[in-house]
Amino acid sequence: MNFDFSEDQKQLRDQARKFLTEKCSPKAVRVVLDGKAPYDKELWKGLAEMGFLGVAIPEEFGGAGAGHLELCVIAEEMGRANAPVPFSSTVYLAAEALLLAGSEAQKKKWLPAIASGDAIGTLALFEGKGNPSPKNVKLMAANGVLNGVKKPVADGAIADFAVVAARTGSSGRDGDISLFLVDLRAGGVEVKSLTNLDPTRGQAEIIFQDCKAEPLGASGEGWSILSQVLDRAAVLCAFEQVGGANRALEMGRDYALDRIAFGRQIGSFQAVKHMLADMYVSATLARSNCYYGAWALSTNAAELPEAAAAARISATQAFQHCAKNNIQVHGGMGFTWEFDCHMYYRRANAMALGLGSLSYWEDQLIDRMRKKNAA
Amino acid sequence: MNFDDTPQEAEFRATARAWIGANAPKQYEEELRTSSLGRTQLKNANILEVAKAWQKKKADAGWACLHWPNEYGGRGASPIERVIWQQEEGAFGKLSHMFIIGHGMCGPTMMAFAREEHKRTYLPPLASGERIWCQLFSETAGGSDVAGLRTRAEKEGDDWIINGQKIWTSGAHYSDYGILLTRTDPDVPKHKGLTMFFLDMKSPGVEVRPIKQASGASDFNEVYFSDVRIPDHQRLGEVGDGWNVSLTTLMNERMSIGAGVSTGFPELFEYCSSLVLDDGPAIENPAVRSKLATWAVKASGLRYTSMRAISALSKGERPGPENSIGKLVAGSMIQDVATYALDLQGAAGVVSGAEDAEVAGRFQAMLLRAPGTRVEGGTDEIMRNIIAERVLGLPGDIRVDKDVPFNKIPTNGRN
Ligand SMILES: Cc1cc2nc3c(=O)[nH]c(=O)nc-3n(C[C@H](O)[C@H](O)[C@H](O)COP(=O)(O)OP(=O)(O)OC[C@H]3O[C@@H](n4cnc5c(N)ncnc54)[C@H](O)[C@@H]3O)c2cc1C
Repeated sequence: MNFDFSEDQKQLRDQARKFLTEKCSPKAVRVVLDGKAPYDKELWKGLAEMGFLGVAIPEEFGGAGAGHLELCVIAEEMGRANAPVPFSSTVYLAAEALLLAGSEAQKKKWLPAIASGDAIGTLALFEGKGNPSPKNVKLMAANGVLNGVKKPVADGAIADFAVVAARTGSSGRDGDISLFLVDLRAGGVEVKSLTNLDPTRGQAEIIFQDCKAEPLGASGEGWSILSQVLDRAAVLCAFEQVGGANRALEMGRDYALDRIAFGRQIGSFQAVKHMLADMYVSATLARSNCYYGAWALSTNAAELPEAAAAARISATQAFQHCAKNNIQVHGGMGFTWEFDCHMYYRRANAMALGLGSLSYWEDQLIDRMRKKNAA
Repeated sequence: MNFDDTPQEAEFRATARAWIGANAPKQYEEELRTSSLGRTQLKNANILEVAKAWQKKKADAGWACLHWPNEYGGRGASPIERVIWQQEEGAFGKLSHMFIIGHGMCGPTMMAFAREEHKRTYLPPLASGERIWCQLFSETAGGSDVAGLRTRAEKEGDDWIINGQKIWTSGAHYSDYGILLTRTDPDVPKHKGLTMFFLDMKSPGVEVRPIKQASGASDFNEVYFSDVRIPDHQRLGEVGDGWNVSLTTLMNERMSIGAGVSTGFPELFEYCSSLVLDDGPAIENPAVRSKLATWAVKASGLRYTSMRAISALSKGERPGPENSIGKLVAGSMIQDVATYALDLQGAAGVVSGAEDAEVAGRFQAMLLRAPGTRVEGGTDEIMRNIIAERVLGLPGDIRVDKDVPFNKIPTNGRN
């Protein structure tokens, strides 16, 4: 039993933090925030060169073949830096779906391109309101042709390919859903950018009209693959959220030490101290749940579904809690566009929804705990 | 990152499991399992006697105070082995309740500051549960502000003469020994004039008066000292250095990590799994599920936080102030969980007697004991101060009494 990252993994973290501090300053994030670029291309290339995009992709497919614990370490740093790049869509969702269900040819085509930063991928799952559920997938697939609309699709406007969930049956069961791989640069696809809570990570609407698509995984297996992908992404996103939560806590702490009111540092007022202590508590509980998730993910343990839901819930809560109270500690300054607090507030609230909302994961967790108890 | 046992750990677990299987007082297992905070009595036996017998049996076989050195009654086990033991001991671990202060705080303080001969005399019977210890720190004027205490110790030849009063002393009514924090110099600022001792609770002049608590139980006491004599060799640490000695005690209090603070969550989950509400099973009700999920991740977060602390300990790191998190989170959580369990019971929730109440009144008992959890061993506010100041590095509270001699500090009340 050892409940910590290894020395090598900690070194990787330091390396990633150093890199992101240099290449992903709040100023750089603001270029995307202000709408001057859809994402930070230079940072994306740099991440590829550092080997971070392919850290969990096997060497035979152009990755570093390190593993998922390493990817968790990088994810946390991406969250701290609020990186304006399609990391989660490409690496946690598209690459994981390929790794789980892709054919040899599909893996050969896309995984090296992901690792080298040449391809951006995403998952096209949602169709308007509603949480992940087979019944919410209306987009039709027939004879390898897709028709329907997906929205919102994270990073949809900049993605080169998408994993698309589509309906291939009408039995009313999970087996009605299949996954497809779509080259978004080919025909039959129309993409519209959507205004969203967090402009540092774009959202799009994608209209598929007689769009050719190749199956990803066996027909009718779509939902089972998808739920595994979502569990894996939940752990990885949770690390990003914990990174963001800790950064928001640090920002609040630093401001509380700098700002003087009533002749004292505001950090000497107990109401402020206790607010920061509570932020620390939620960030720490989330981190611990994430570590358990990381272990389950990296060993593909039977505990993964439950661990993933727990990590997802506590990291979502912690990031939202820390991001909102960071603004509170900053007072009026915190509410200005000038200060960086709102970037984390936006990211926290956008991330809380992207993989299915909090109430969805709460539901999942209780189901999974019941199953375990019954077993 | 690894949750699986190493081969040595697996072997240790198997040995522990086999021994517990063969020796534990199984007849009480179910009753212990379904007991909860605020209700650790046995129907047909005296729990103190059952607990002492189990502790003695463990000690004789080398399973008591696992992390203590052998010569003081322990086993010299690693922090991880201690956790494995706790996992295997399961509900029987609840029998250790009355030993926690002795094992978690008094023992380690003795180990750090007592003379060698005293350690060898006093620690083994403490480990084996034959002697119970208590912690005599708090006073009406010195709870959160421990250093504000007034119990006097004055030197007379080779002895110290103690006069004063302690309050909220858990277990004093069945304790054999205690560690005692006193004021030896009122003319210097409060933190500088304190001195620590240990004493025999049967010493002439010690009077213990049980206090009836809000919960109706009487687990803690007032303790009066009238000209009680303590020989100088029972002093722990230097004269005037009692504050530092007490910090060791309090640090060790936090190290009682891994013992697994009670959150009430497993009890609530179990209850909701069987409870049927007006519109169907509670566990299928979305509002119930949302509440359960929020508490589930707090409970698991605490569990894995303590695992992280134990991993750090096993690498030789010292337990830090971040361990204050456990009691802070668990204290208010157990209170909220109990309130919610009663809410689910509707009007019936008001009935608290074990015979007539839902699930034998365990949540009612929990509700009435919970406020104490948020106060004992440092209040929520003090825990938040510790995290803010010692973990996050925020400024200390403004201290108006810091450099003032103790006897010049204003006392209680409005002016
Ligand atoms: C069940 C139980 C068992 C106990 N067992 C023992 C024992 O075995 N031995 C022992 O020595 N003591 C024991 N105690 C005493 C316990 O340690 C004290 O009650 C506790 O430290 C709080 O002190 P107090 O009661 O004087 O409250 P006070 O210090 O008077 O606190 C009153 C309120 O003021 C707040 N407050 C005080 N100071 C500050 C501050 N600096 N900042 C913000 N808020 C503040 C507190 O948080 C609280 O809300 C026990 C208490 C309980 C409830």
